[in-house]
Amino acid sequence: MMLNIVPKDSFQNGVHPPEHKDETSHLAIRRFAFAPQLIVPLSQHLGKPAIAVVREGQEVVRGQTIGEPDGFMSVAMHAPASGVVKRIALAPSISGTMVPSVYLQPFPASSQEVDDGEPCDVATATPDEIITAIQQAGVVGLGGAAFPTHVKLKPPDGKQLDTLIINGVECEPYLTTDHRVMLEQSADIFMGVRYLLRVTGAAEVIIAIEANKRDAERKLTKACPPDLPLSIRVCPVKYPQGAEKLVIKSLLGREIPSGGLPADVNAICVNVATTAEIGRLLPKGRGIQERVITIGGPGIQRKGNYRIPIGTTVRFALKETGAADNVSRVFLGGPMMGPAVSNLDIPITKGTSGITVFTTAETIEATGHKTVYPCIHCARCVEACPLFLNPSYLGLLAKSEEYMQMAEEFHLMDCFECGACSYVCPSHIPLVQYFRLAKKMVRKLNVPA
Amino acid sequence: MSELKKYLEIGSSPHVTSGDSVEVIMRNVFIALLPVCIFAIYSFGAAAALVLATACVSCIATEHVLCKVTSQPSTIGDWSVAITGMLYGLTLPPDLPLWMVAVGGVFAVAVGKFLFGGLGSNAFNPALVGRAFLQAAFPQAMTHWALPLGDTRFVELPNSTLALPFAQPVYDAVTAATPLAAMKFDGIQAVNRDLLFGLTSGSAGETCAVLILVGGAYLVARNMMNWRIPISIFATVAAITWIFNLYAPGSYATPAFMLLSGGLMLGAVFMATDMVASPITNAGCWLYGFLIGSLVVVIRFWGGMPEGVMYAILLANAVSPHIDWFIRPRVFGVGGGTG
Repeated sequence: MMLNIVPKDSFQNGVHPPEHKDETSHLAIRRFAFAPQLIVPLSQHLGKPAIAVVREGQEVVRGQTIGEPDGFMSVAMHAPASGVVKRIALAPSISGTMVPSVYLQPFPASSQEVDDGEPCDVATATPDEIITAIQQAGVVGLGGAAFPTHVKLKPPDGKQLDTLIINGVECEPYLTTDHRVMLEQSADIFMGVRYLLRVTGAAEVIIAIEANKRDAERKLTKACPPDLPLSIRVCPVKYPQGAEKLVIKSLLGREIPSGGLPADVNAICVNVATTAEIGRLLPKGRGIQERVITIGGPGIQRKGNYRIPIGTTVRFALKETGAADNVSRVFLGGPMMGPAVSNLDIPITKGTSGITVFTTAETIEATGHKTVYPCIHCARCVEACPLFLNPSYLGLLAKSEEYMQMAEEFHLMDCFECGACSYVCPSHIPLVQYFRLAKKMVRKLNVPA
Repeated sequence: MSELKKYLEIGSSPHVTSGDSVEVIMRNVFIALLPVCIFAIYSFGAAAALVLATACVSCIATEHVLCKVTSQPSTIGDWSVAITGMLYGLTLPPDLPLWMVAVGGVFAVAVGKFLFGGLGSNAFNPALVGRAFLQAAFPQAMTHWALPLGDTRFVELPNSTLALPFAQPVYDAVTAATPLAAMKFDGIQAVNRDLLFGLTSGSAGETCAVLILVGGAYLVARNMMNWRIPISIFATVAAITWIFNLYAPGSYATPAFMLLSGGLMLGAVFMATDMVASPITNAGCWLYGFLIGSLVVVIRFWGGMPEGVMYAILLANAVSPHIDWFIRPRVFGVGGGTG
């Protein structure tokens, strides 16, 4: 096996926000208690919601399928605890919309026992069987995008995949879930890699990590089975190194064409926690009923990495971990891309990689109450944007509502909202917010009336 | 924790910022300019101090009053107008009548900045707009230069400083030629230590190349200035001058003289780098610097005036948006770069 350090200029531009990772990176993953009520949305992924296959009042066993995928762009949902389905109704979500969800009341003595399903043996299963098994296990991208993994694994016709990248970069500040998964679940990861290799037919596997996780590198190097065509590469610490486009650029030197997919450059990128889940669940035919998240930030007393049941509300999670009294801002994921929570009763879903809590002090220090100045053309955003967009000019266009020009001439739709431009802007212009809105408007305008 | 706070603050990600803000950048530019100001006062005495003070006060007051008149919150707190005032003062002859200084300051901010829409919208460097106005309105006063290090410079003001508005200023008998004027009109070239350390006559802040470079280096180190602009200007001026000097050493100045004399240092380091009026891409900045450098040489060698930095920068300011329009960064995944 080869060890490789990716040079500092792995990708151009980017920023270096304070990492805050050593606050939780040394803490082993712990199990989280069952909340008195779990809310499992039927749509936790991009694509079509699952169809509920349980009735109100029905008793379910932990791990039992409670939602079947509705077509290919959909995944199954599983009961996170043994209990009673209280109702199937709308529940609030992070985006502010209401989504159909299963309200589950765990039995007071709900055990950790899980209902096993049909095992999928990596040695004998065909690629199509594995793809179905991944869909049935409800696997989506756990890095945050929540894109159904089995869809990603089926490349468009005529595309050959040569490299499978396992993304353990985790560049968001505060988050340490992928780090802990790599330290504690190396066997699961390698098992997952076997499934993914079989599905994709890739000849080579690269695990990408950031230089701030050298212990994970050592651990994986030691544990790696000799028969896997696998290498581990250490990327420089730079945000947003973990973005799919930039990982592929850093490791392979290939640029995904604007508007294209990793398959266009014969690569596929899967998050390391997702890989570990595939390796953990498929041999037993189980589904995702919990995930690892980092609960941290200055507003949390018992910071840590927790294996938390899907459907736990943010309120319960914060209560259990001891949120401070002066909590001011709560967001799902890290501070660069994580959406702020406006309602604490939203459930943690498969795409939630963490809960970060700021108190009043950080909110004021970081973002609050600062004057927004006009753009002074300082070019810091241009130097920060990893995709070489011109956030300064895009911002001006957004202000004058020239949405179509932004998309057609200035590649607005390539922006993946990493937040680097807003992070560096000395005028405190909410550039990313402008771009989110503009992208929405462009999608609306592009739909024929 | 008894009960979680009822109201959460929400906001768009990112929830952290790098900490630099417009006023921090502006304050640092101000700090970088301070040594230059102190040297101007050391070299030209009380008159220079009064010119600088008048320039700053007139600029800041104009912005404040205009904000109030147009019912907007005053924007003098962002420090940008203070820099405009200081830079403007540094470009003026130190014995310029103070009333002219004030008139130019009002013009610089009212026309050069406010009329265009204030901070971030000025197409031209406001300080240079003010200076250009004075150059056009009072050509004689703008080309009258005091000697540096005069014996009585701290105890006595030149007659011209306190001249009454619209009266013909009466100049002291002692006057001097700037190194550039001496070169242009008398063919005298003085490349020596005085030129490097600024012990020559000239505008209040343009003489000491060393301090200007120190200020520039400070800003570059703090990532508050694009070093490509001054470097590109210097390289262009030096290269073109070198070629002509090689070809006819008698009629053309040497590169060292061209770099150290006149307003080139001050202009290249502090004026051309005005973020608002310069291109946003690095490639654009190289081109912009090349444009300024070439114009400076053309005006100095073949123009009617000994100095051309001001007009070179103003012209390049006008071209800057077009440079941005034509030179755009190659977007990730578009053309080239794949493979």
